[in-house]
Amino acid sequence: MVVFEKPKSLTDAELHYCPGCTHGIIHRLVAEAIDATGVEGRAVGVAPVGCAVMAYNYFACDMVEAAHGRAPAVATGLKRAMPENIIFTYQGDGDLASIGMCETVHAAARNENITVIFVNNAIYGMTGGQMAPTSLPGQVTQTSPYGRDVKVAGYPVRVSEMLAALDGPEFIARVAVNNVKNVRNAKKIIQKAFENQIEGKGFSLVEVVSSCPTNWGMTPAKALEWVEEKMIPYYPLGVYKDKSAEEAAK
Amino acid sequence: MAKVTFKTDICKGCGLCVEACPKHILGISQTKINKKGHYPAEMLEPDACIGCASCAMMCPDCVITVER
Repeated sequence: MVVFEKPKSLTDAELHYCPGCTHGIIHRLVAEAIDATGVEGRAVGVAPVGCAVMAYNYFACDMVEAAHGRAPAVATGLKRAMPENIIFTYQGDGDLASIGMCETVHAAARNENITVIFVNNAIYGMTGGQMAPTSLPGQVTQTSPYGRDVKVAGYPVRVSEMLAALDGPEFIARVAVNNVKNVRNAKKIIQKAFENQIEGKGFSLVEVVSSCPTNWGMTPAKALEWVEEKMIPYYPLGVYKDKSAEEAAK
Repeated sequence: MAKVTFKTDICKGCGLCVEACPKHILGISQTKINKKGHYPAEMLEPDACIGCASCAMMCPDCVITVER
């Protein structure tokens, strides 16, 4: 009996990501969610600008490539034009939390019925490791060689907490993929974000705390330790908003 | 009887499966080199495998298939 194999919703293309990059794990979790919810054939993904720009080669469903940060706006249009389709976006922190913050916040405020997968690795990966809005205080990057100075560059944005303060969104959660336990939990939460859309509940965002071994200058295993020691204390995991569950509890 | 198979040609030798294995029976090959130019992961003690699929859960490249 096969216990584990590649999900059907991933193509046979070889991933271009660096060795040990957790994008591959998150791609697989999204594909597993598409398989598990049975929406293959009507799922449409929106790819970001960033390392995951070539996600359209990897998901075995229709994909659209959005301008930098505009994936939630493109997804809004797709969902309103084709309400029967299941629309998801896959975005990094340079895409969603920086140039695309406006589109993200307003899509959440409008409670658009889309699923957003937000990969937070605290750095700009594709462009060579510059400081991102989510880089931690004191974190060394190409553009903060002495560590992020909060007096000059400000503080990191905690996207999940910020969006959970809005009345609009249905479901906001933060997960991580730094160990087997967290990957299993991330799988459940991402699947729930897809189920919410199928049930017509509204905007679901899953923030996935991830690593960037190349630009952090660490081995893949060391980068996952860094996630546990530095990232998760600053970005605590958990479900920040679940409107249906809150209403059911009343 | 658990069986783990590696698609060696797409492995990037990142070692996350080696770290994830609770039985510590995976390793990075010191002798083989794949077509991508990486030293791939390999099973060192197939008989000790419990088929938990922890390695496959952590593999970013879907290299590993687990059967039990």
